[in-house]
Amino acid sequence: MTMTEDTRTARIQAGAQTEPLGWAGFVSGPWQDGIDVRDFIQRNYTPYLGDAGFLAGATARTTGVWAKLTAMFPEEQRKGVYDVDATTPASITAHAPGYIDRPNEIIVGLQTDAPLKRAIMPFGGWRMVATSLETYGYPVSPELETIFTKYRKTHNDGVFDVYPPAVKRARHSHLITGLPDAYGRGRIIGDYRRVALYGVTALIAAKKRERVGLDMQSSTEEIIRGREENSEQIKALKELIQMAASYGFDIKRPAETATEAIQWLYFAYLGAVKEQNGAAMSFGRNTAFLDAYIERDLAAGTLTEETAQELIDDLVIKLRIVRFLRTPEYDELFSGDPTWVTESMGGIGLDGRALVTKTAFRFLQTLYNLGPAPEPNLTVLWSDSLPEGFKRFCAQVSIDTSAIQYESDDLIRDAWGDDAAIACCVSPMRVGKQMQFFGARVNTVKALLYAINGGRDEITGEQIAPETVPLAGDVLDFDTVWTAYLGTLEWLAETYVDALNCIHYMHDKYAYERLEMALHDGDILRTMACGIAGLSVSADSLSAIKYATVRPVRDETGLVIDYTVEGEYPAFGNDDDRVDSIAVLIVETFMGMIRKHPTYRNATHTQSVLTITSNVVYGKKTGNTPDGRRAGAPFAPGANPMNGRDTHGMLISALSVAKIPYAEAQDGISLTNTVVPAGLGHTPDEQVTNLVGLIDAYTLSHGYHLNINVLNRETLEDAMEHPENYPQLTIRVSGYAVNFIRLTREQQLDVISRTFHTSV
Amino acid sequence: MLGMPNAAFPSKECAVVALDSGDGPVTDAAAPDATAAHHAEMAAIRAGTVASLHSWELVTAVDGPGTRLTLFLSGCLLRCQYCHNPDTWKMRDGTVTDIEEILTRIRRYEGVFTATKGGVTVSGGEPLMQPAFVKRLFAELHGRGIHTTLDTSGYLGASASDALLDNVDLVLLDVKSGLPGTYREVTGRELAPTIAFGDRLAERGIAVWVRFVLVPGLTDAVDNVEAVAEIVARWPNVERVEVLPFHQMGEDKWNRLSIPYPLHGVTPPDAALQDRVRGQFRAHGLTVF
Repeated sequence: MTMTEDTRTARIQAGAQTEPLGWAGFVSGPWQDGIDVRDFIQRNYTPYLGDAGFLAGATARTTGVWAKLTAMFPEEQRKGVYDVDATTPASITAHAPGYIDRPNEIIVGLQTDAPLKRAIMPFGGWRMVATSLETYGYPVSPELETIFTKYRKTHNDGVFDVYPPAVKRARHSHLITGLPDAYGRGRIIGDYRRVALYGVTALIAAKKRERVGLDMQSSTEEIIRGREENSEQIKALKELIQMAASYGFDIKRPAETATEAIQWLYFAYLGAVKEQNGAAMSFGRNTAFLDAYIERDLAAGTLTEETAQELIDDLVIKLRIVRFLRTPEYDELFSGDPTWVTESMGGIGLDGRALVTKTAFRFLQTLYNLGPAPEPNLTVLWSDSLPEGFKRFCAQVSIDTSAIQYESDDLIRDAWGDDAAIACCVSPMRVGKQMQFFGARVNTVKALLYAINGGRDEITGEQIAPETVPLAGDVLDFDTVWTAYLGTLEWLAETYVDALNCIHYMHDKYAYERLEMALHDGDILRTMACGIAGLSVSADSLSAIKYATVRPVRDETGLVIDYTVEGEYPAFGNDDDRVDSIAVLIVETFMGMIRKHPTYRNATHTQSVLTITSNVVYGKKTGNTPDGRRAGAPFAPGANPMNGRDTHGMLISALSVAKIPYAEAQDGISLTNTVVPAGLGHTPDEQVTNLVGLIDAYTLSHGYHLNINVLNRETLEDAMEHPENYPQLTIRVSGYAVNFIRLTREQQLDVISRTFHTSV
Repeated sequence: MLGMPNAAFPSKECAVVALDSGDGPVTDAAAPDATAAHHAEMAAIRAGTVASLHSWELVTAVDGPGTRLTLFLSGCLLRCQYCHNPDTWKMRDGTVTDIEEILTRIRRYEGVFTATKGGVTVSGGEPLMQPAFVKRLFAELHGRGIHTTLDTSGYLGASASDALLDNVDLVLLDVKSGLPGTYREVTGRELAPTIAFGDRLAERGIAVWVRFVLVPGLTDAVDNVEAVAEIVARWPNVERVEVLPFHQMGEDKWNRLSIPYPLHGVTPPDAALQDRVRGQFRAHGLTVF
């Protein structure tokens, strides 16, 4: 039974008076009258309350396809990139179809015409492209150089046209760091499910309806921009149809089988990563959605558990090889070639049913079928109310692979509902209804040193912040330092929001994410996602000033270059309110200051306490601190307490972090912990039970995020010496997972030097 | 405040190992030393309204089931050669801490105990050096439905009144050797009180996890292990035996305290030795980890 395309399209456009074939057997509801994926999921998913016993292993086909890639990884690792198409600026349709092993692939599509071949994406900035090509020994096309330096302006050019001097100073001195002014901002999740559920024709029709609304309003700058974006979105959707057609698929209509649903979903995501080199290109929250299709096919007898698992395995293989061309400076900040293909799963719905399906299990099972890997960044939205079978399987997977992260479902659901997903590491957003303007982070430690030094940099002596009177006297007084800190932070907040407004204005203008935004509603919530680094060093420094005696050591120019600490002070990470309250105060204070400044497109102000791997670089650029930390020593990652100062156990350390109020850090608060396997208990069963209990205890105490590594220190040391023996050794660092052997040596040492909890 | 930011970790397996403590805050060891005040403190310790506390931790899978707040009390009469925590030997080195302060701390973690099926463990040092405190604390905890565990060598078992034991859910009993001579060599004290205490726990039906630290050349003799196994096997209330392989992580503390360390250079037991010893316990029908 087949229908012509025209009848299908006509039916959809006519308001689905007759149902598309793809919807047969699904429970009907408002999702059929407009775009509402959540409503579809709620009416059609089957919660799964059992254990992992039903899962299927890898088939020979799966193992064969994966083996073709793993054979290529060593060369990629050695050279930094496997291959680059240096002459074709990327777009949704720029590259011919590519395959890993065509006859054996079930889900198809690559970013370029060959696996691991990276594309150039010059709209963000030409210099990043040119530098990357030179680094990896590829010729820089003179023709493209002319186009992107003479005829076509880039995002990077735009930003530097408009940065005020204060922003340039703060950026140059590493007070504000990692800004997405030379790379794609990312952290936008298209609702890729829409392509599978509705087909692209219906999505274009919906966008055209949005356009009618825009056309009815007078042409202000905002409305004009809205119309132009709408027009770009529709073009992107049309290109997506073309791209899928080049692989032999018609995605104009809704997917009709589970295989098609996964293929359609993946094409939508692939379109995004073909065109956008975003810092984090997250995948969304897809398991319950896909499960509805898989359940339908299982019931019809057209799928078995084994073939269902094969589909997920094949999808995950594709997600594991998303690649972007990046500069060494970028890699220094975000090490290990991360792409943050974050997939969020689990959680509890607003109606109290668990959003756990068998397909959530199947995604986790890929870590066994294909071995551990950092991508996709598997993220479990954890609530103590999750079904026991799922909780135990997650804990088991953590113990076996260290590859998953946990976020508080309760906090996320309360703030953003039950169809929110994590972008990047810890940033929650309603899928298809919300995006963020990614803002990297400021160095709160350097800001404190500037406050003490009258706005001068503690390393170079340069005047960076507005000149104030340097703090005098032989002993630092808490109230005086705090008052000066407030002044510096006020200026920093203003400068920071200034920078972000410039960046996102230009990003929208010159590197607009047209496909990802085509998979959003027309009216969306935007957040201005600020961030802070070095929280535990700042809190401990202020605690030292308050509870111990801290004497500044000045050089001949009066610049404070070191501190001596006499006596004892409470350190962050011991569930001691005297210092934990200082950490909380810093977060609340800075958030309040950020909120004072108007944002581009009226974005809602948020912030994160997250560093990714940049805690190493920030530490390197920051002088001696009043807590006794030496110049150049790494900060703790994210919101982690400083190494070795948290002395009452892993959970106590986590409970200090859990005091940071989510309402004042709505972009997420990151905590990473490593425990040795034996520290969780004697038997595998006991280890699982104890890990489940720990995550429950942490989230019940309002902890937001937890990376759990279950590893022996010796394993990491051996991996540094013999990387060839650990091709898939995966560890969680702040907010993402990496192949350990792909970290820089400095970052490897930082990871190893962090507290290992031999018991927790 | 309970404990110090840089307080050491006196659990049997060294609860947290700070691999990099180079930048940690400075601790001072100053303690008040007025005689009258000291007498008042000792009286309060005897009454059990305060404890001489070395430190505390929230730990999992080490000192009993689930996640537990473990209090390490100061003071011990044994001088075990392999002691990881010689800094807990002297009661006067602890921080005198009011029971209310400790209960306040414990109440913070009631949710944790519920979520993890954990509770409170009193360890040391030797907690039965301060039996009045333990009795008072456990009575309070049982009143709140919190699971209690006593981690002891049993040497001072006679100090534990029946009223104290009424509120003990689990005892972690160190049986440091099975031959009286070896026991004396390891600890400097007698074995008999531990056996007597174990017998009493068995009569009362209190759950026991036995611990045995395996030190090559000191406690590993076949007949010594056999003797431990025989003693333990006659207690039906023993739920498990944990064979803890000796390690050298305690040596630094001995050096810091300038106490000659008797086990310098002793290597941890290899897998074969551990297997043999666990096998000996299993042969007596015991559950062994």
